[in-house]
Amino acid sequence: MSESIHEPPRTRRHRPTEAALVLTDGEVFEGEAIGAAPDGGVASGEVVFNTVLSGYQEVITDPSYAGQIITFTVSHLGNYGVNPDDHESRRPFCRGVVVRDLARRRSNWRADDDLDGLLRTHGVPGIAGIDTRRLTRHLRDAGAMPGAFGTADLATITAAATAEPGTDGLDLVSTVTRDAPTTVASIGGGRRIVAFDFGIKATIIRHLSELGEVTIVPASTSAADVLAMDPDGVFLSNGPGDPGPLVNVRSQIGALLGEVPVFGICLGHQLLAGTIGAETYKLPFGHHGGNHPVRNLATGAVEITSQNHNYCVAEGSVPTAELTHVNLNDQTVEGIRCLDVPAFSVQYHPEAGPGPHDSRYLFDEFEDLMARVKGPA
Amino acid sequence: MPRREDIQSILLIGSGPIVIGQACEFDYSGTQACRVLREEGYRVILANSNPATIMTDPDFADATYVEPLRLDVLEAIIARERPDALLPTLGGQTALNLSMELVEAGVLDRYGVELIGADAEAIATAEDRERFKVAMQEIGLAVPPSGVAHDMDEARVVVAGLGLPVVIRPAYILGGRGTGIASTAEEFEKVAANGIAASPISEILIEKSIAGWKEYELEVMRDRADNCVVICSIENVDPMGVHTGDSITVAPAQTLSDVEYQEMRDASFACLRRVGVETGGSNVQFAVDPATGQQVVIEMNPRVSRSSALASKATGFPIAKIAAKLAVGYTLDEIPNDITKKTPAAFEPTIDYVVTKIPRWAFEKFPGTSGVLGTSMQSVGEVMAIGRTFPESLQKAMRSLENGRLGLNADPAEEALLDLDDETLLATAAIATPARITQLEALLRRGVPLETVHDATKVDPWFLDQILAISEERLFLEDLALGTGQVPDLDRRAWRRAKQLGFADAQLAHLWRCGVDEVRAAREAAGVFPTYKTVDTCGAEFAAETPYHYSAWEDEDEVRPSDRPKVMILGSGPNRIGQGIEFDYCCVHASFALRDAGFETIMVNCNPETVSTDYDTSDRLYFEPLTGEDVANIVAAEKPVGIIVSLGGQTPLKLASMLPPELVAGTSPTSIDLAEDREQWNTLCESLGVPQPPGGTAVDAAGARAIAAEVGYPVLVRPSYVLGGRAMEIVYDDDQLDRAMAALSAFGSLGIEGGLSAERPVLVDRFLEDATEVDVDAVRDHTGEVVIGAVMEHVEEAGVHSGDSACVIPPPHLSAEVVARIEEHTRNIADALDVRGLLNVQFAVKEGSDGADVYVIEANPRASRTVPFVAKATGVPLAKVASRVMLGATLAELRDEGLLCERVVGDHVAVKEAVLPFDRFPEADPLLGPEMRSTGEVMGIDLTAGLAFAKSQIAAGGALPDGGTVFLSLADRDKPVGLEAARGFVDLGLDLAATSGTAEHLRANGVPVSTVVAKLGEEGTDAVELVRSGSVQLVVNSPRGRGPRADGEHIRAAAGAQDIPLLTTGNAALAAARGLADWRTHPLAVRTLQEYHRGITVLSEDGLPDDGLPEDGGSAEASGS
Repeated sequence: MSESIHEPPRTRRHRPTEAALVLTDGEVFEGEAIGAAPDGGVASGEVVFNTVLSGYQEVITDPSYAGQIITFTVSHLGNYGVNPDDHESRRPFCRGVVVRDLARRRSNWRADDDLDGLLRTHGVPGIAGIDTRRLTRHLRDAGAMPGAFGTADLATITAAATAEPGTDGLDLVSTVTRDAPTTVASIGGGRRIVAFDFGIKATIIRHLSELGEVTIVPASTSAADVLAMDPDGVFLSNGPGDPGPLVNVRSQIGALLGEVPVFGICLGHQLLAGTIGAETYKLPFGHHGGNHPVRNLATGAVEITSQNHNYCVAEGSVPTAELTHVNLNDQTVEGIRCLDVPAFSVQYHPEAGPGPHDSRYLFDEFEDLMARVKGPA
Repeated sequence: MPRREDIQSILLIGSGPIVIGQACEFDYSGTQACRVLREEGYRVILANSNPATIMTDPDFADATYVEPLRLDVLEAIIARERPDALLPTLGGQTALNLSMELVEAGVLDRYGVELIGADAEAIATAEDRERFKVAMQEIGLAVPPSGVAHDMDEARVVVAGLGLPVVIRPAYILGGRGTGIASTAEEFEKVAANGIAASPISEILIEKSIAGWKEYELEVMRDRADNCVVICSIENVDPMGVHTGDSITVAPAQTLSDVEYQEMRDASFACLRRVGVETGGSNVQFAVDPATGQQVVIEMNPRVSRSSALASKATGFPIAKIAAKLAVGYTLDEIPNDITKKTPAAFEPTIDYVVTKIPRWAFEKFPGTSGVLGTSMQSVGEVMAIGRTFPESLQKAMRSLENGRLGLNADPAEEALLDLDDETLLATAAIATPARITQLEALLRRGVPLETVHDATKVDPWFLDQILAISEERLFLEDLALGTGQVPDLDRRAWRRAKQLGFADAQLAHLWRCGVDEVRAAREAAGVFPTYKTVDTCGAEFAAETPYHYSAWEDEDEVRPSDRPKVMILGSGPNRIGQGIEFDYCCVHASFALRDAGFETIMVNCNPETVSTDYDTSDRLYFEPLTGEDVANIVAAEKPVGIIVSLGGQTPLKLASMLPPELVAGTSPTSIDLAEDREQWNTLCESLGVPQPPGGTAVDAAGARAIAAEVGYPVLVRPSYVLGGRAMEIVYDDDQLDRAMAALSAFGSLGIEGGLSAERPVLVDRFLEDATEVDVDAVRDHTGEVVIGAVMEHVEEAGVHSGDSACVIPPPHLSAEVVARIEEHTRNIADALDVRGLLNVQFAVKEGSDGADVYVIEANPRASRTVPFVAKATGVPLAKVASRVMLGATLAELRDEGLLCERVVGDHVAVKEAVLPFDRFPEADPLLGPEMRSTGEVMGIDLTAGLAFAKSQIAAGGALPDGGTVFLSLADRDKPVGLEAARGFVDLGLDLAATSGTAEHLRANGVPVSTVVAKLGEEGTDAVELVRSGSVQLVVNSPRGRGPRADGEHIRAAAGAQDIPLLTTGNAALAAARGLADWRTHPLAVRTLQEYHRGITVLSEDGLPDDGLPEDGGSAEASGS
């Protein structure tokens, strides 16, 4: 046998820090700690699962996940690291990340840090080595539910899981929205758009700015203040949690409808529908992924869509709007158009980020709507 | 949009014989398509020359034509059947090219046949390199800089503009045939000329080389409403420069950020739309510059491909099935997702595991080849493995290969790398070869920095780091028990971690120098057992109805036992030479028959190309390696009442001894061993009075020499327990014998298949020269009844491996008495071995002074390669019958049920011909011998032996010449039969050319020879020059038994290079002459298998003349008991 001039990596074997995840119904999952160390060795939130194969950086930095612990079903996470361009907001708002395997080493020309680095930098704890498929099957059957994880003893984690309130009835938007308006210059069109920040994603802002100048305003902004900016259109953004408690937001939207064209995405869609009297309800485990088929009822075409929501507009509960898009997996409402005022919205994410680009035409439809109401830009 | 009502009948073209680049994945896709189209109520007309396929079962189409895949034959089928539509996209490149020929020849127009799935314009855009490049540029997609050339002058101009290195890609080729990279001007001259020759339209694309870039593939589907979805993304571990069919590939793509992935997705849809694939599946290949992320389109296939089969198995999304539905008008949203039942097929599968595919090569079969991988595909099969992570799936795939490896090293065979120092090992790994993956692991384990390994190999650092994780764990595990020879004390988590990284118990046993049973016991004592997960297309978002499983070492086991009696069928693993689609056919038939009989069937296999690994084939599918540990785990989980080991070839048979004997269905393992154990077998034959060639067994060269001295040369040397004649050799003297024995003992120490060891001695037998070889397939039940499937006579004489020899049913030259004797021997052997199921016996018939002597060569109580051929030729579903018999049914019961029918009483003759891959291995001598080297087979079937043989030759790609010159160079022993053949050629108006000795013999017997060639190296035109000049249309060159072979090798190589049909035995030449005579005098007639099986006879045809072959079919017909 030849002598090697190198040192075999005998001592480099990974030594995990044991951790556990506990759901409120008592299910326990063994794993190892990754990311930031949570206060007291335990973090809690509503546990959901996401089935995207790529796009973890966008998902983790999407403010819509505020209050939630995201389980990724894909086997390996962190393979291509993280980069400065793919953040969907200024920081992650999720409570934690659950993965089967966290990449030890990233490989991609765009990356400037590891996923673990991002988690540590922003204080997001995580747990790896979990049988995420078992967890997903459990959540699928029992529904999304509160849970807690960490390196603390099982009793502490269990107590945290039991104490975790989940997202129902909570106003999580106020925890993610900005304090003051920001204006983003146009990179294309000549519109003036006001976008409500309920937890708005950077990719949405980028698409809107192709239509014109975008002023992003805090969720608490009044209709009067918005109208005072004389916008061509108002955008209702995505955001976290239950639309139920956002009573004031709905009343402001009510004051905008008919005055200015309105386009909503995700939570914005639920709020628009809620404003015109629709009921919303919570799906058992929500839609979180990048592969959901949605039919555009006007064209019959199927769009593969990016989705991230737990709450949903009840079909048939909006007499003054027509159904425009339907989810082909479970027939839930994916889009509506108001019959009496210039407003439309979709439940899914036409901006992608992450996800397929099939539905980007909706931004053009927003432009068309503004053109119809306000004339050419 | 619903199903089209304006078409009623659809012609489907299969992909013909298994060749390198086109394997049984097209049986899988074609079978799916046939099923779907028939379910939809269409009349399905199928054309495929390959009898070993499931799709050519008469049950799968309304009209099944096992006929040569050639323009005139297809036109005859179309004229007869008048189909409304032709679906060209499910039979690989063969079907696509033929469909284009039918379009160009005006056949489809003439008969009003519509091309569905992809039209001619789309096919031409995708296949024509220049048009494709222009089309991609039109829609703004980058392609590597390139130019097109049709001759060497054009080629030199193009390369001058591009600069070296370049890739040469011929148009309309399969599996990268004729493709190559040229880094120097000399290489360019050679590679470009090869490429022009390989392209059917003499067109090559010369492309700037981007070797070293990352390579990806997207499997895409589109429907009539323009809905597009990606079914699967695939990332290659081997970077650009290695054909994707020869690359280790992984699904889903691992190192693309979503932004890059979506850019690729958009590009693939744009490509599909621009090319104009209206409906169905396509794949689009991309290269990505690792430094800048720049993406370029490499190529697209407007059809279902090998990657589609892989993607279907990797995701659970049945691409071919859906493609067939889309072709007849459905849209994706109208088709339910089979697996969830509740959601539509209009979605993109997401997966929560990692799939690794590793190709299986056969370089050991082709001495002289370099074993270096490049842009031309050379692998003969592949395995796929599913694991929760890449390391787990990689190690599972490694142990699925059945090349003696237990995983990614940590096994005895890793010692082959010990002698190489780091520098040498690194330099070795820089060149892509089948062993590279193990070299990467060894380098990383030695501590060579990952960056260094990456720089040398361009394998992505993420993959290298995952491999390093395996190395680190291995070192940790190894150190735990250093020198103790005992299983170290590991807790549950530690055990699980090792298993999750893919380590087999056998690898751990190797590292710890202890027994594999001890490892298993300790692991189980620690409470660590495998769990079974489900492939469900959706990452568990929806409940899966389809029981398609893989093992992982996780918390939750998803498999729920059922209470029906279960039968487990062990498949045949990766396709390789000697063990291919024929065995998958048998396994699938067993599954069908046993399902029909009320059993729950469980299939275990690891080959993604097959019908057996379609989740529809069996009640449950376990996509798992076929190793002792993996199979034992499934047995423990499923508790079957029986396990079928004798239908999947050698792979499952080797596992039989590790299984509980009472669970092995059919013939007992003891009987299987009895047939393999030389001493017992001899005793048995003696007691039955069945003559054998004299011989014995040896464990070393001295022993072998002693036997040879006793029985006399030549002797046949062969290892026990191998398939396909691995390392089998005919030797003529002591020196050759010593070399053969040395080679075998070297294999033994390296754990290579066929290697010599004390438990697996070598058989040394007197070789019977000039004997006729005969194969018999039979089934025996537990009452002792035996049904003879068929007696097959080989065209090539004994000594040519039966898998490489053409064979004929019924036997044309055997007398009724000889056939009866052969059948009698077969029955006696079946009884003596207490066979319950299939038995294959090989005989040699040698004309002696007082009549024919029948010798038994060997008997194998298991499915043989010829079972599907027999079923297609005779109409008896032998594999189905056998599988029922193995589970206790009697032949009488099966006859009552209607499953066992009588052999067809028609007068047809069926010829099976082997298809050899020598075009892929120009360095290897294309000579037939006792080691099998064919990749596939075709069948010719017609009303005379001559016509059937002629069809088999056309189907195998070696059409017989209509006129011109036949070149003959015959060994002495072939001269009598060669003379007869030569006379036949002359009678047909062909000219003869011959070497001096052969010419002398022919002229002396009154046969005119126009040209006599000089010996190689002498004055005048020699044989090689003559063959190269293109003035020869058929080469007959039979090798000398001993002495220098160089002349023959050069002649055969020249024929191969010129694509001139080559026959290497006198008997084949005689059959060709007779076939040509019949072919000349009979109009081309095509008939369906269904017609043949109904028993069409000469009575239904007008005046079929005697074909000149002494037919003796009546004896075989009459003898089916």
